[in-house]
Amino acid sequence: MKKIVLLLSLLFVLTFQFESAFSQRFPKPEFENGHQQPPTLTPAPRASLMQWFDVFVLLASLSVASWLVIKKRSRRGVFWLSVFSLAYFGFYREGCICPVGSVQNIVLGMFHPGYVIPATVVLFFAMPLIFTLFFGRTFCAGVCPLGAMQDLVLYKPVNLKPWLQKALGLIPYIYLGLAVLYAATATDFIICRYDPFVGFFRFDATFSMFFLGGIFMLMSLFIGRPYCRFLCPYGVLLNLTSLVSRKHLTIAPTKCIQCRLCEDSCPFGAIEVPSPVKPAEMRETTVQRFLILTIIIPVLVFAGGFAGGRIHEKLASVHPKVELAQHLLNPEKEVTEEMRVNLDAFKTAGKPTKELFAEVAVILHDFYVGGWILGGFLGLVFGLSLANLSKFKYQPDYITNKGTCFSCARCVDYCPVKDENPILQKPQN
Amino acid sequence: MEQHQEGNKIDRRKFLNSGIRATIVLGIGGLGFSLLKNLSAEELVWQLDASKCIQCGRCATSCIMTPSAVKCIHVYAMCGYCDLCGGFFRPETKQLTTAAENQLCPTSAIKRKFVEEPFFEYEIIENLCIGCGKCVKGCEAFGNGSLQLQVSHNLCKNCNQCAIARVCPADAFSRVPVKSPYLFKGFGNKKLVKPAEDDE
Ligand code: SF4
Ligand code: SF4
Ligand code: SF4
Ligand code: SF4
Ligand code: SF4
Repeated sequence: MKKIVLLLSLLFVLTFQFESAFSQRFPKPEFENGHQQPPTLTPAPRASLMQWFDVFVLLASLSVASWLVIKKRSRRGVFWLSVFSLAYFGFYREGCICPVGSVQNIVLGMFHPGYVIPATVVLFFAMPLIFTLFFGRTFCAGVCPLGAMQDLVLYKPVNLKPWLQKALGLIPYIYLGLAVLYAATATDFIICRYDPFVGFFRFDATFSMFFLGGIFMLMSLFIGRPYCRFLCPYGVLLNLTSLVSRKHLTIAPTKCIQCRLCEDSCPFGAIEVPSPVKPAEMRETTVQRFLILTIIIPVLVFAGGFAGGRIHEKLASVHPKVELAQHLLNPEKEVTEEMRVNLDAFKTAGKPTKELFAEVAVILHDFYVGGWILGGFLGLVFGLSLANLSKFKYQPDYITNKGTCFSCARCVDYCPVKDENPILQKPQN
Repeated sequence: MEQHQEGNKIDRRKFLNSGIRATIVLGIGGLGFSLLKNLSAEELVWQLDASKCIQCGRCATSCIMTPSAVKCIHVYAMCGYCDLCGGFFRPETKQLTTAAENQLCPTSAIKRKFVEEPFFEYEIIENLCIGCGKCVKGCEAFGNGSLQLQVSHNLCKNCNQCAIARVCPADAFSRVPVKSPYLFKGFGNKKLVKPAEDDE
């Protein structure tokens, strides 16, 4: 304290000499009545150690979820675990950070070496993927707070037409592509910005966030997990990794007896109905598929890339620096109140306009390349799903679609086949 | 024969799947490795650099919290304890009384306490402050700049992407290590001798 006072008084002496160079216009008084200057209040953030505790809870709940799904096959267990996860990751940790949003931190870190990522964020991103790789989407079943939020309010699920489900199922790819593009160019974290549930977790949000969340909650009453199925960008990664998972939840514990009891049990349309007879694949379909694979897919990829490249300026226009440059270039352009503040701030900061334009040129180039990649990627996704439609898979049993199944284990309770009851099992032939 | 072929097919698929699995595991590992340089074992929190802030008012309106997690924090060490406080009174005020119409703060969040002739102490009542920055602007214009906006870490939810950072015209927001979570300007910093102008 003495030292501080000494330094300060030294400063005051200096202040009188170079008045203009210092902001201390009025020296701090020496009080005669011994008044003590109160301390400046600086509330401390949550301790760094706590984030490692979060990682531990994530690891523990992923393990429990996988055990419940694969070993215990217990819907009730999964249900209670998701209640816990919603309480912990949702309402206690208030949503941040979650694996869904961490995708963006990873991408930003990859493209901007200067961006510092807490190691725990990388773990949050990687651990659910690795568990999915071995046990299917058990993260979605009982750990993800966003999934739990929707799953727990599911009241009367309606079945969507398969074609509609397929078509809407493409949206997550677009969302993921855009999120990666905007994160890679350090524009924005759109997944976090449009997260519909985080407002509920905090009991506080802007009106538009609550509105969006409300719509999703209403939909979740009748459509099983609408965000998960038709938006979640992390779900895309989980879907793809789950396809090659080592183990996965099965509806029947041993052999399916085609009793059809589970047919309508999945609220998410993730049960695949058997194809009754095994038709010899017709020549025509083979030729058709070959055509699609070799001609249509490259065409789609190129067309998508081209379109993406064409609209790169549109995509880039939400970047604050690009927006600023656009206004500086066309002074006639209508200026909103918000923009005026930004323009004024830019002028006060005194950065040369040239420097800004140079930066914007780099950003635009990044968006051009990114636009091509994004478009090409989406072209590939569309092409492959077309090819998948025309593919005919022989499959005798009721099974879950390893990609889209959330491993919630609802269907398990509908299956009459019991592990310890071999009589019901179909005789092996 | 049929059975046998089926079996073969399944074996092949299994093999392929393990191959892909191994690739993905390697991929995730590689990703982690490539990010090694960026990693920090410590948590990062959002803070605004008071020396960059231009008190545009968006801190009050853009935070996901209502009222905002950004608050005015009084750095007493910088305060001149002025009677005519540029942060407390409206510029046109004639009489230096605490009547609401004289106060700059829209929520009367600043408490003015008499210390001794001619000094007054100003205290921010945190739960009234909405982080609008009006007092900060006034103090910067007419006083020592001891009133400063800062993200209050007991209130901030540490969003993955701070909603204010996105719209701050002065680009004042950044992530800082938990150990030094405040970015005051001028005398409020640990390096007490550093003048405000040099902070940029
Ligand atoms: S699909 Fe996405 S939002 Fe849904 S449970 Fe899985 S990770 Fe969470
Ligand atoms: S476990 Fe999978 S298939 Fe079964 S009901 Fe849940 S999501 Fe549907
Ligand atoms: S948004 Fe930026 S410039 Fe505006 S008050 Fe907040 S920190 Fe200051
Ligand atoms: S003027 Fe604004 S920033 Fe200052 S104390 Fe009042 S509410 Fe807080
Ligand atoms: S991180 Fe979130 S809570 Fe904290 S100041 Fe920014 S918007 Fe507000």
